[in-house]
Amino acid sequence: MTEILRVENLKKSYDGFLAVNGVSFTVEQGELKALIGPNGAGKSTCFNMLMGQLKPTAGEVFLDGQKITRQKPREIWRKGVGRTFQITSTYQSMTVIENVQMALLSHHHRLFAIAPRAWKLYRDEALEFLRIVSMEDQADRSCSILAYGDLKRLELAIALAHRPRLLLMDEPTAGMAPTARVALMQLVADIVRTQGVSVLFTEHDMDVVFAHAHHIMVLNRGELIADGDATEVRNNPQVQEVYLGGGTLFKEAQDA
Amino acid sequence: MAFFFAQFLTGLANASSLFLVASGLSLIFGVTRIVNFAHGSFYMLGAFIGITLMQILPGAIGFWGAILLTGLAVGLIGAVVEMLVLRPIYRAPELFQLVATFGVILVIQDLALMTWGAEDRLGPRAPGLRGVWRIFGEPVPKYDIVIIAITPFILFALWYLIARTRAGILVRAATQDREMVGALGVNQAWLFTGVFALGSALAGWGGALQLPKGGADLLMDFNIIGAVFVVVVIGGMGSLPGAFIATVLISVLNVFGVTYLPQSTLVLMFVVMAVVLIIRPYGLLGREEVAGEHGQVGAPDMPIRPYGPVGQALVAALLLVLALLPVFADQFMLILMIDMIVFALFAASLHFILGTGGLVSFGHAAFFGGGAYAAALLVFHTDTPMELAFLFAPLAAGLLALAIGWFCIRLTGVYFAMLTLAFSQLVWSLAYQWRAVTRGDDGLVNIWPSDWLGETASYYYFTLILGVGGILFLRHVIHAPFGYALRAGRDSPRQAEAMGINVKRIQFAAFALAGAMAGLAGGIFVFSKGSVFPTELEIAASFDALIVVFLGGVKTLAGGVVGAGFMTVVEDWLTRLEYWRLLLGLVIIAVVIIAPEGIVGSIRTFWNRIRGSEEEAAK
Repeated sequence: MTEILRVENLKKSYDGFLAVNGVSFTVEQGELKALIGPNGAGKSTCFNMLMGQLKPTAGEVFLDGQKITRQKPREIWRKGVGRTFQITSTYQSMTVIENVQMALLSHHHRLFAIAPRAWKLYRDEALEFLRIVSMEDQADRSCSILAYGDLKRLELAIALAHRPRLLLMDEPTAGMAPTARVALMQLVADIVRTQGVSVLFTEHDMDVVFAHAHHIMVLNRGELIADGDATEVRNNPQVQEVYLGGGTLFKEAQDA
Repeated sequence: MAFFFAQFLTGLANASSLFLVASGLSLIFGVTRIVNFAHGSFYMLGAFIGITLMQILPGAIGFWGAILLTGLAVGLIGAVVEMLVLRPIYRAPELFQLVATFGVILVIQDLALMTWGAEDRLGPRAPGLRGVWRIFGEPVPKYDIVIIAITPFILFALWYLIARTRAGILVRAATQDREMVGALGVNQAWLFTGVFALGSALAGWGGALQLPKGGADLLMDFNIIGAVFVVVVIGGMGSLPGAFIATVLISVLNVFGVTYLPQSTLVLMFVVMAVVLIIRPYGLLGREEVAGEHGQVGAPDMPIRPYGPVGQALVAALLLVLALLPVFADQFMLILMIDMIVFALFAASLHFILGTGGLVSFGHAAFFGGGAYAAALLVFHTDTPMELAFLFAPLAAGLLALAIGWFCIRLTGVYFAMLTLAFSQLVWSLAYQWRAVTRGDDGLVNIWPSDWLGETASYYYFTLILGVGGILFLRHVIHAPFGYALRAGRDSPRQAEAMGINVKRIQFAAFALAGAMAGLAGGIFVFSKGSVFPTELEIAASFDALIVVFLGGVKTLAGGVVGAGFMTVVEDWLTRLEYWRLLLGLVIIAVVIIAPEGIVGSIRTFWNRIRGSEEEAAK
């Protein structure tokens, strides 16, 4: 497998406090990889550095061997990294399909065009992406009246519109009902399989993580303490110690 | 050196009254998020009520008692205004309240005129403090020394109230998170009323305290409001110590400015403000405004669509009527229509950045007046043919917008608004004080169009084609990818940046386009009037445009145009009456309370409700 993302010795310190302390890992082509860890482990800080929202104190990030460290979010997006947010972020004054069309307008470098009608451009293409997330029947609804789970799926369609090679999803199932969580992660897993995109996601729900992720990384107090497949991570004594309260969850998964 | 020190003391003495007014505004903004333009009016009321009370109450005790009572009276008036005017509209879109406060300004102006008459009043001298003390040989008025000594106690009292009392804790909590304070069982309505009353009382005290140094007149509301906003913004919105530092800075600079650079006085404080905001975008002691911190207020924006067949037919019919107007209308009607179209284009250009871009500019008149002046200056000084000079109006305004936008776009929210205000004041003071070029308030006259446009009817068609063309062009841009990108940056800057949109660059381009279109309106304006004066660049001119955009409805595409039409007609009727400000103010307040989504927005909501019930009936 070819490596798509390489993170080397990433560090972030806030006034001397090391939120992320020397994290290194890789993501392979077509891989669905999870980054887990207890609250305050540094997951979000790590993610925000990958996506350009935060500038790392030290370390480098490479996309396909190309350095993307300390670039702006929009530059990283241009290079083929899509993202979804922990708290959904969509354009409330637009319809569902216009949200996707907006991403396509940016993808096709048409943002400064003043001649055409925006809602006529790339409509069919946008419908295709809505079809992937099964939102095509809601295409012309106003975004401000969507249910939360639908917003999550819409964000996924928006992120896919740029045909990213790597998709970063920050807590994709946060705030969703259990059945909806499973459905959404199944959808992501399908997309990884059919579209050949790599996905790196953070997650709190262990069921979701162990059911779908190919590989799992565990972050604790800013340091990576495990990186491997489900069995390896489950049997890692350090991970068990960190997740002492959640130990039963692992066993349950093992029994099943 | 002694002279220097005496100057410094004068500055400090001027600072004390300004600080009182500014701290009141800062307090009100911090808690209620209301940009209270009427604050200067409370200051003016303080001055007038103060004089009246000082005439009734004798002696030194009477003098200081009058000042104390004045604050209480103005605080009471503030509470009434808050309950009657502002309380009904707290749920309206953010910044909508400023339109209501503008209505309050007009009402108070005429009420003051009715009560105290148009004459300027000289303030009484403070009993026992009439003379001067010599400091290093320089005479310094005794009263100055006394209020310099008082000010630190006022600051301390305010600080104690905010930092040490239970009420103060509630106020600080509300400043940080209104919703949370509400959830903890604090009655927000009364907290807001209380804070508004206290803020107004402070303004009233400021007005009364400056009486022995000045007096009372009907222009002091507008004269102080600029300085107060500058102080609050330099200090950082909501910060009392910041307001104090900024007041001292501005007042002292002002005194030295008057002495050494008299032609710069009007610009000076705005230059200081611009410099501070460029270095420290949130003021000296201000905190960064986090977008969405206080939750979305009002109904969400609707998706936009070009008009359907019915809408298009209506617009076509309207255009047809406008095109045939010269056949049956008289001269006066045509001139009124020209004014209306010019104003509509100006408002539409502001609406473009305000509604679609989410950038609330308080200084849009700089581009309208800037365009008008660019064309007028060319004609006046170089006898440039009208056609060529006219082209320079949108061009110069667009370039001016590029220059101003370069500084302003990096800021957001109220700070953006204030920096645009500062720059527009800069442009205004250039027109006002650079007499060699602009002839100051004598204005530039004899700027008439070419012969082929000499007739009112032909100039009307010229206006109709360019004005309506400009409005339609802006509408088209809103529906184009560029307009969508602008809206995306307004709806969610985070998502926009994450999908490759350079939000600031889009906003910068939109700001320049809006400036150019305002300049076009200014160009049409100057040749229709044949003259241009600095009033076209005043804060009031910027506010006029803001008011019609909010009245028409920010969240609707036709808002600016409809608001402008409404306003031109209402003003035309009302200004024939003696107390037209009072009536106009009441009309504005009434529209704000009855139709908090603006005229177009409320009609749309009403229409949807009718259609909704029809659909239900059909089922």
